[in-house]
Amino acid sequence: MYPKDFYYTKDHEWIQVKGDTGVVGVTDFAQSHLGDIVYIELPKIGTKVKYRQILGTIESVKAVADIYSPVSGEVVEVNEELSNTPELINQDPHGKGWIAKIKIADDSELQNLMTASEYEKFIEGQK
Amino acid sequence: MIKKEPLIFELSSEDKRAFQLPHLDVPAEKDILDKSIMREEIKGFPQLSENEIIRHFTRLSQMNYCVDIGLYPLGSCTMKYSPKINEKIALIPDFLNSHPYFPEELIQGNLEILKITEELLCEITGMDAFTLFPSAGAHGELTGMMIIRAYHDSKEERRKKVLIPDSAHGTNPASAHFSGYEIEEIPSNERGTVDVKKLKERINEDVAALMITNPNTLGVFEDEISEISEVLHSKGALLYMDGANLNALMGITRPREMGVDVIHLNLHKTFSTPHGGGGPGSGPVGVRDKLIDFLPIPRIEKKEGKYFLDYNRPKSIGRIRAFYGNFLVVIKALAYILSMGPEGLKRVSQIAVLNSNYIRKSLEKFYYLPYKSPTLHECVFSDKWQNEFGIKTLDIAKRLMDYGFHPPTIYFPLIVSGALMIEPTETESKQELDEFIQAMRKIAQEAKENPELLKSAPHKTPVRRLDEVRAARNLILKWSK
Repeated sequence: MYPKDFYYTKDHEWIQVKGDTGVVGVTDFAQSHLGDIVYIELPKIGTKVKYRQILGTIESVKAVADIYSPVSGEVVEVNEELSNTPELINQDPHGKGWIAKIKIADDSELQNLMTASEYEKFIEGQK
Repeated sequence: MIKKEPLIFELSSEDKRAFQLPHLDVPAEKDILDKSIMREEIKGFPQLSENEIIRHFTRLSQMNYCVDIGLYPLGSCTMKYSPKINEKIALIPDFLNSHPYFPEELIQGNLEILKITEELLCEITGMDAFTLFPSAGAHGELTGMMIIRAYHDSKEERRKKVLIPDSAHGTNPASAHFSGYEIEEIPSNERGTVDVKKLKERINEDVAALMITNPNTLGVFEDEISEISEVLHSKGALLYMDGANLNALMGITRPREMGVDVIHLNLHKTFSTPHGGGGPGSGPVGVRDKLIDFLPIPRIEKKEGKYFLDYNRPKSIGRIRAFYGNFLVVIKALAYILSMGPEGLKRVSQIAVLNSNYIRKSLEKFYYLPYKSPTLHECVFSDKWQNEFGIKTLDIAKRLMDYGFHPPTIYFPLIVSGALMIEPTETESKQELDEFIQAMRKIAQEAKENPELLKSAPHKTPVRRLDEVRAARNLILKWSK
């Protein structure tokens, strides 16, 4: 379920590192708990974010949640398709539902994050 | 019997009139008014007889569910019954027709009402002064945060952050952010209260305040509140309390003794104005003495036996609203407080807590209770046990409508997945609570035996389950053919 080559956060984001850039999205656990996603506020390209700073906002029929950046860096690309079809996050959270690409400023921050098996254990303990 | 009601446009037919003018018995004068000021005909304007209009809107009104019909257990909302006599008092023409531009000598009684209400709220909460002007809860929060900012500014401190527990009311982060602060979330511990250890790690001279809801949105009393306030005060930060859940505390404990510096109350929850009707509400803000100078203007003061509005407050955050708040809501609160008396208000909180715990105890074998700490006026279950049968919180809520109840708050607080948050309030009888419990138990049974029944609920309402996703993604607010 959770790709082995991704890193995961406690706030249920994932990041897939490709060279000096990371693709960021929210996990399947997050989308299933949020329910049908109806709106997403994407970051602007060029925005500088810090580790655990708000990257965007995601709105479902149940709740509004912030998306936190798993690393510090600069937003270099966003998934524009989500503006019209936010349901991609429900349908394919680890693929077509990606949210943004971030140029990673400090890859030592990745050590703060969880591996797939650590994350799976973490979500089992959720209330 | 409730049947589906067509839209008024669908009931319309050409040339029907609700009202007809008598036949003209004098020659018609045309073009008296200039064309530019004549309204053009509205295309598609519904045409119905008077009788049809009355029936249409009466039938619509019969589909309403309100606290005058039955239990309305929305957690975090305090949807309690407000005695009708308080409405009557607020509608006494002398109050109703007071104009805010009346000179002070003509409104001495009104000013006295405001002053007495301020004093009574001080007594209930232990705070040193109150302003009654904020229009509702979130406006109270904003006023409170502005006061906090003005206080730090007066000491030439530029603090940037406000800490907010993850179990706080949803408006808290919004209000703090709107006041220009950065928000930092403080996690809850296993018991569902603020993690004081984490708070100690996060507190520093950059923190302006902590906004706490007590009891919090799990219905749990923050039993370490005194330590929390000491931690904050030791770094010069203030403690803001969201008093929306005051219904659980009256006459039992006071925010002052908890070390609270600023609090807002919701008169439209606790003090006899119906909540959730779209207003008007009232969100008074109370402060400790060191913050009095920053309260909004005007302040109501007395000199030589006469009340007056004092605008000469150089440190005040200024006006936060036109005129003097929602005055009639204040009258209802005053009537309620005086008629209940100290013992009555204490009893309100006791019964509110008792009713909630009766529901909790009666349902804890049927629904999963994620936090086991003792709760006050509300309790939070989840859909964890029903998930096994493919049933989610939304299905339970929809099915409850078939049993004639308004569903509880769902999917809030966010720290509980699939939350069902129930606040019965003190105004429900045991009989009403038993009927609700019975319905909830039956639904738990149905989830096991006939999950389809829940997934396709509601069955007995004029409209069946609405497509919320489509409605949110494809918002159409205007009717067209």
